[in-house]
Amino acid sequence: MGYTEQKNAERYLKLSGLEPLVVTPDSNFVNVGERTNVAGSKKFLRLIKEEKFEEALDIAREQVENGAQILDVNMDDGLLDGKEAMVKFLHLIVSEPDIARVPIMIDSSKWDIIEAGLQVVQGKCVVNSISLKEGEDEFIRHAKLIRRYGAAVIVMAFDEVGQADNYERRIEISKRSYDILVNKVGFPPEDIIFDLNVFPVATGMDEHKLNALDFIKATAWVKKNLPYCSVSGGVSNVSFSFRGNNPVREAMHSVFLYHAIKAGMNMGIVNPSMLEIYDDIPKDLLEHVEDVMLNRREDATERLLDFAESVVGKAKENKIDLTWREDPIQNRITRALVKGIDQFIVEDVEEARLSVDAPIQVIEGHLMIGMNVVGDLFQSGKMFLPQVVKSARVMKKAVAYLLPFIEEEKLKNPVQEGSSSSAGKILMATVKGDVHDIGKNIVSVVLACNNYEIVDLGVMVPPEKIIATAKEENVDIIGLSGLITPSLDEMVFLAKEMERQNFTVPLLIGGATTSKAHTAVKIDPQYNSAVVHVNDASRAVTVVGDLLQKDGSTKYKENIKLDYADFREKFLKRGRHREYIKLEDARANKYQVDWENSAIVKPNQLGIQIIENIDLRDLEPYIDWSPFFRSWELHGRYPDILEDEVVGPQAKELFADAKMMMQKILDEKLFKAKGIFGLFPANMVNDDDIELIHNGEKTHFRTLRQQSKKYVGKPNFALADFIAPKESGIEDYIGCFCVTAGFGTDELADKYRENLDDYNSIMVKALADRFAEAFAEYLHKEVRMVHWGYASNEGLTNEELIKESYKGIRPAPGYPACPDHLEKLTIWELLQVEEKIGVQLTDSLAMWPAASVSGYYFANEEARYFGLGKIKEDQVDDFAARKNIPVEEASRWLAPNIADD
Amino acid sequence: MKNIQEVLKERILVLDGAMGTMIQRHKFTEEDFRGDRFKDWPSPVQGNNDLLSLTQPDTIADIHRQYFAAGADIVETNTFSSTTIGMADYGMQEIVYDLNYESAKLAKEVADEFTAKEPHKPRFVAGSIGPTTKTASMSPDVNDPGFRAITFDALRVAYKQQVEALIDGGCDILLVETIFDTLNAKAALFAIEEVKEERDIDIPIMVSGTITDASGRTLSGQTAEAFLISISHIPILSVGFNCALGASQLVPHLEVLSVKTEHAVSAHPNAGLPNAFGEYDETPEQMAAQIKEYAEKKLVNIVGGCCGTTPEHIKAMSEIVKDYSPRTLNTLIALN
Repeated sequence: MGYTEQKNAERYLKLSGLEPLVVTPDSNFVNVGERTNVAGSKKFLRLIKEEKFEEALDIAREQVENGAQILDVNMDDGLLDGKEAMVKFLHLIVSEPDIARVPIMIDSSKWDIIEAGLQVVQGKCVVNSISLKEGEDEFIRHAKLIRRYGAAVIVMAFDEVGQADNYERRIEISKRSYDILVNKVGFPPEDIIFDLNVFPVATGMDEHKLNALDFIKATAWVKKNLPYCSVSGGVSNVSFSFRGNNPVREAMHSVFLYHAIKAGMNMGIVNPSMLEIYDDIPKDLLEHVEDVMLNRREDATERLLDFAESVVGKAKENKIDLTWREDPIQNRITRALVKGIDQFIVEDVEEARLSVDAPIQVIEGHLMIGMNVVGDLFQSGKMFLPQVVKSARVMKKAVAYLLPFIEEEKLKNPVQEGSSSSAGKILMATVKGDVHDIGKNIVSVVLACNNYEIVDLGVMVPPEKIIATAKEENVDIIGLSGLITPSLDEMVFLAKEMERQNFTVPLLIGGATTSKAHTAVKIDPQYNSAVVHVNDASRAVTVVGDLLQKDGSTKYKENIKLDYADFREKFLKRGRHREYIKLEDARANKYQVDWENSAIVKPNQLGIQIIENIDLRDLEPYIDWSPFFRSWELHGRYPDILEDEVVGPQAKELFADAKMMMQKILDEKLFKAKGIFGLFPANMVNDDDIELIHNGEKTHFRTLRQQSKKYVGKPNFALADFIAPKESGIEDYIGCFCVTAGFGTDELADKYRENLDDYNSIMVKALADRFAEAFAEYLHKEVRMVHWGYASNEGLTNEELIKESYKGIRPAPGYPACPDHLEKLTIWELLQVEEKIGVQLTDSLAMWPAASVSGYYFANEEARYFGLGKIKEDQVDDFAARKNIPVEEASRWLAPNIADD
Repeated sequence: MKNIQEVLKERILVLDGAMGTMIQRHKFTEEDFRGDRFKDWPSPVQGNNDLLSLTQPDTIADIHRQYFAAGADIVETNTFSSTTIGMADYGMQEIVYDLNYESAKLAKEVADEFTAKEPHKPRFVAGSIGPTTKTASMSPDVNDPGFRAITFDALRVAYKQQVEALIDGGCDILLVETIFDTLNAKAALFAIEEVKEERDIDIPIMVSGTITDASGRTLSGQTAEAFLISISHIPILSVGFNCALGASQLVPHLEVLSVKTEHAVSAHPNAGLPNAFGEYDETPEQMAAQIKEYAEKKLVNIVGGCCGTTPEHIKAMSEIVKDYSPRTLNTLIALN
């Protein structure tokens, strides 16, 4: 008994956010995300200054999603209260589990900001940085405190004399810093990270010649002589003198990292989009860059400068650079797939076909090798969605060319049955009543790229058809998509039906209104097999891969089931905290407009008007492009996104393609837009209803009222609050509308699809959506300025329109302020929408064509958008009575908004 | 008397069980809680269990005695909520020093009594430092995630006061326990380091987190390993988990600690998960069987009980663990 053997524990740099980060000698280079740095990102600085913390958080989130393992946060700016900004931003970050999972690097030159940061983060952070600049006493004092707060530290190679700028000074300062920290402070050496100062090379000044080489040599010295510590640095500095020449800068970064990492640099700030793969650097460029980095020739800088000009030239010519056509066949096919070039694919595939025994081998060999490269690049964030969709287009063309040969081969050789090369068969469908399919199509394409066979049933697919096809085709997974809230119920129904019919294939759930919460709480319990919520294409690939892997998928499915059960339990627990009040109390706490003093303008033209001859060109300036990029999973705001460091180039390319398609649509008048709207005298009646008069007849809009318990002074809103009550004796007005840009969309999209061009097919639909939204924006403006005329001198720019800085609102049934889709029926009946402009409503009250928008107009300057939130049974009962429909029907439509008890 | 580091190498140590469960058995009235000293206190104090160290010291001493008699090597002081933050609920911030000092003194006297009787089995007192009622890295308002009900500095000051009084009262160990939010614990550890430096003393520290549910994370969202990394900057005696879960649910998380830490590992789980009435009903035998698994897997160096455990549980546990050798400690590679 007793104390026997001792186990040795290695000294590794260990950091933590919500999850651990342990850096071992075998770890890959640790990438520090640095876009959340006001000194390095103009955009981030602007967002912090304007206190747009939500958007600032998006930047942090993007970094983590794109693979940053540590998040550097810096608020050092003369015009900011750095301490306050640091604390505020860190408070928000730690409330976002998907960001807070990685450790934070608290970056400041001011100690009080660093200390304020250390006091608000629970995990083990990195302080960036301290140095001997202010002398040994300050250095020791700060190091002790950092230790006591439980952080690792970056030590800059800087002392009382100045910054280390050569090999000897770097090792002198590092050694001195290390000895003080380890011996005097008792700082664990594994928690020390040296920043050995990356300085530019090829500046034309002699004293800068050794900048890279000295850094690399000093790195090797530090790693050898100062055990357990790490070495870091900001890589982009090294290429500073080549600003504007990205091909050369990218090569310089790769060469620098290649040598620095070999010497032991294990962490750093690197922009992944500014990095060429070392092996891909053209030999001549590589030689010139290495000459400079390693100072191998006297005239290295001049030679690189000369050469750089030719690289700029080449980069421009690259669009027609066809030297890759001379590469071996596999390289050509891979390149065509990665770059999405379909120009030569048929000829290359033919060449490949002649080189193998059976045509199927081209698919299983050449094409799959290429698509695997695409898949890897996409998974690792080096390719973006639009590129992948273009790759798919090339793939489809190649396969289409090969199919007749494969059929022929089968006739000759009808032996190997079941030797299908597909990785699995997946059924995809947009559920009954729903017409939206952009997201579903994107996921289908990306999955097809990954060698899954897709059975796409399209939109408005009834459950019987999904079930029957799944059986017939013997699919491995069923994927359901939907954009409007009633689709959620369809999905629940389908899950039940699958369970009843003893299905066991996994069910994927996706689309804008779906959520992990809804999937876990409402769908998962209905089905004994795995149900997974997937909301983007890259995750779909991973999830499907895990679900269909040969070994371990059972375990994976069990884990999924447990995960959802756990999520459900937590979610339901959380829900209980919300408090609700009775409908009568909510009404008593309604929003009060001072009607006596409220300016109400009588519309210039009451009644209904139809717009049929709208030229799409007039709508173009009203397009809000940001959601367009979002539909392609490129996140960021237009136009900033075009200059974004990570997705900028891809966004530009996509935008150019979109403009080209738009030109075609405009020139050939391929879409037809139509609109209808009406303006009517109206009053609020019975608290929550709006009574309007048209042609002497009364119509009622039934609005819903917020029922959650509010803080004192905050009202419980309903849209009816923005219309003057009947008893006030004031005549007020309301409007409603429907616009569409969708006629012609499906025809055009289908044509591209038949031509194996999913990229342009999705593009067409995404553009139609933008035109419909632009039409709604345009018409709202026309109504405000002309037809109603309450804001005749408005004169807002397009940007202000998108920001909704105008007076009045246009909430849409099915959206947060009025989530009840049934109100669309009232609008349709009142305006005779279907008869007049042809926009129909499906069973689930989705509009067809899909690119349509409908809603109300409220003109009161106090009218605002709000979210209804959850409501209670008393309001459901009351609503059903007001609408004169059975309570069960009302409950079904309002289900997503009814609070669970 | 051997110090605790030496004893830890020899055997699995046993911590006591629940204080609250034992106090409940006495069904103290408002008057009992007040005693003589607080008979005119302006607000009700029933339920302030820590106060009983001052008003019913014999009962508290007797509970410590029962645990030592059951085989515990370490008892915890009755000071789980004895910070200015915890006492604010009763308006009793001003007696925080007395609470900690007297509780520590009381427990130490009982410990000395037992050590004198059985010098081969020295008994220790751990000053219990609870999580307080506020969290430094989470907002209590879901609509305002940037809000914090308390700052690191306010926590540090409150903990420092508690730590000083516990040490003055004679604690052998400080136990930072039931950690929901690692940032609170870091403030407590920061305060302890300050006191150690100011007084130029060393005192062993036990750290015990709480995994709140089956997700395997603390309330503030950290995994077991992230939690471990976040508190490992201070030289501690042990790290472990207590409360929220029963002994069997703790196994996977103790496994993580056992592999990853160079410190001793402790566990003082609840007597199972609460039943529908919020009571804990795992019997001493059931719990001891789970503890046996810990011992067989060599996961722990210190075991004990949290909510719902009694001297009977501790007795069953100590009988099991006496036949097992403790988990071997990992040691960090020495610096030359």
